[in-house]
Amino acid sequence: MSQVAEQSPGGGAVPAAGEETAYDGLRLRQVTKRFGGFTAVETLDLDVPRGSFFALLGPSGCGKTTTLRMVAGLETPTSGAIELAGHDITYAKPYRRPVNTVFQNYALFPHLDIFENVAFGLRRRKRKDVADAVHRMLELVELESQAKKKPAQLSGGQQQRVALARALINEPEVLLLDEPLGALDLKLRRAMQIEIKRIQVEVGLTFVHVTHDQEEAMTMADTVAVMNAGVIEQMGAPAELYENPRSTFVANFLGQSNLIEGRVLRRDADVVSVDMQGITVSVPAARAHTDGDRGWVGIRPEKVLIGEPGEELDAPGNTIPGGVISDVSFVGVSTQYLVRMPWGQELQVFSQNTGRHRIFRHGEPVELSWRPEYAFLLDISQDAHAGAEEGEE
Amino acid sequence: MSRPAGTTGRWVREHLVLLLGLLVLVYTFVPIAVVVLMSFNDPDSRLIYRFDGFTIDNWLNPCAEPSMCDAVVRSVEIGLLATVLATLLGTLAAFAMVRHRFVGRSTANLLVFLPMAAPEIVLGASLLALFVASGLGGQLGFWTILVAHVMFCLSFVIVAVRARLAGLDDTLEQAAMDLYATPAQTFWRVTFPLVFPGILGAALLAFSLSFDDFIITNLNAGNTTTFPMYVWGVAQRGVPMQVNVVGTVMLVLSIAIVLAGELRARRRAGR
Repeated sequence: MSQVAEQSPGGGAVPAAGEETAYDGLRLRQVTKRFGGFTAVETLDLDVPRGSFFALLGPSGCGKTTTLRMVAGLETPTSGAIELAGHDITYAKPYRRPVNTVFQNYALFPHLDIFENVAFGLRRRKRKDVADAVHRMLELVELESQAKKKPAQLSGGQQQRVALARALINEPEVLLLDEPLGALDLKLRRAMQIEIKRIQVEVGLTFVHVTHDQEEAMTMADTVAVMNAGVIEQMGAPAELYENPRSTFVANFLGQSNLIEGRVLRRDADVVSVDMQGITVSVPAARAHTDGDRGWVGIRPEKVLIGEPGEELDAPGNTIPGGVISDVSFVGVSTQYLVRMPWGQELQVFSQNTGRHRIFRHGEPVELSWRPEYAFLLDISQDAHAGAEEGEE
Repeated sequence: MSRPAGTTGRWVREHLVLLLGLLVLVYTFVPIAVVVLMSFNDPDSRLIYRFDGFTIDNWLNPCAEPSMCDAVVRSVEIGLLATVLATLLGTLAAFAMVRHRFVGRSTANLLVFLPMAAPEIVLGASLLALFVASGLGGQLGFWTILVAHVMFCLSFVIVAVRARLAGLDDTLEQAAMDLYATPAQTFWRVTFPLVFPGILGAALLAFSLSFDDFIITNLNAGNTTTFPMYVWGVAQRGVPMQVNVVGTVMLVLSIAIVLAGELRARRRAGR
């Protein structure tokens, strides 16, 4: 499956060979990193356009942090090349590349005050007007009044902002963020996501953000690359990844998906017809990611419509009868159902509580339907549960 | 009737830890108090160690016994030199043992503890045997004492600095390098300031170990006399009260150093 993903990643970001000159963003070519016998990153190709907010999303151990550390110069690739603004930086020392990192544990210098922490990079490069620049940066992260304090005297969220300021002040070509919000509580994390996004827009630098939190990646980034087991599964805009996943891993890791086994009946120019447990459904050709004669029909739970048997549902697709509600959880804005289908599978359905429908009870018979343009078709050889557990965080 | 007894019992139970703590402190400090007191003693006879009258003569003439002052100076010289050498070598060794993987590293880690665990008399005797076997039997004195002191201080320095270094978060150094600090700048701006308290503590420990040592020194001193050896030597003939002056000065100096460190830490925390 990795082969498929590599050769045709979404977003069309990998240019043809021969176009290698003068790319002003960050470019990774065939980068591999092995630790002893373990391959952390496998022949990775990546293009991060200048000025974009790019997220590397994946479960822990998928190689995203190793990739980041190779860009920072803290690890050396086993093979491959890393280019930044047209210069090869594969083997450059970390202190010789225009890259700065916000570390997961912030790594603030405990013996220096906030001012000196932020000034550290400028002083090493013997810049003038350090004080002005530091004060402007502290203003940006709203920590002006804390300049004389030591890192230990600040709260987690404040330390996070100092770490951000300390990296940003150097105006790097690329700012790397290694799970920077992982240590914060949920509420603060949401606030910081918006804050970091605001700062990125304001300063216009290239941000590469590593995270295992799919919601965080989708909220903040322009482009998300989903990484699994050392390779990029799919890359593209958050909405594109969510709406049109190319692998079961992406379908399950980003949000949730119902995956139903089906047999391909006919392939037309723009529609693929699939026999799904005796019911013929169609999937747009652009969303069919398999050449085989069998596949997983995928549909997001919120795209599934639910109604009483015989009820006219607002969907031009086929009606799938014979469902029985096996679980109901009311979560306020929506109601989440588990519906047991005649072929034994339980499908997830999220129904918005718009008041149009009453809430069904456990054991009631229902019919399901969805608009064909929301469905997608994935390769049958992939594990239908890949990425499901990791995505639940 | 039972109630007052009950309250008393409870009061005792609640304050037992405090009481025991105070007793331990008394037990520790009484000998030191005697030393301070005796530094103001005006003895009737050198042979009887007894407080006979108050005087500040001992403080005004600390070098009434020139040989004692020579011994003190020698001990301070050896102590300072041994401290500098042991701290330097020990710090380098600690960095090597924490930061580098080399053949024999775990063996070295184990061997470092041996000088601390071995009885001093064994260390002293084997060192003497080594000196004699190397043909230095006639050269025993200042330099052999120094070698001996560096030897046993080294272990303590390595252990103290290693503990500090092992507790150091290595992402701090990565962060420094990420922020354009060369390896040398990273060391002097980040690593060294953070490990420094460990190095300072190790140096203080090394000095007091060296200044204090009697057994190993006595075996390897030849005709040279350090302060502990002087005290031991004159103990049979009656100790001059100036010995207590030296003892008190050492006590005051130690307390001053500890207090200064504590005040500095509090001022930093308070800011």
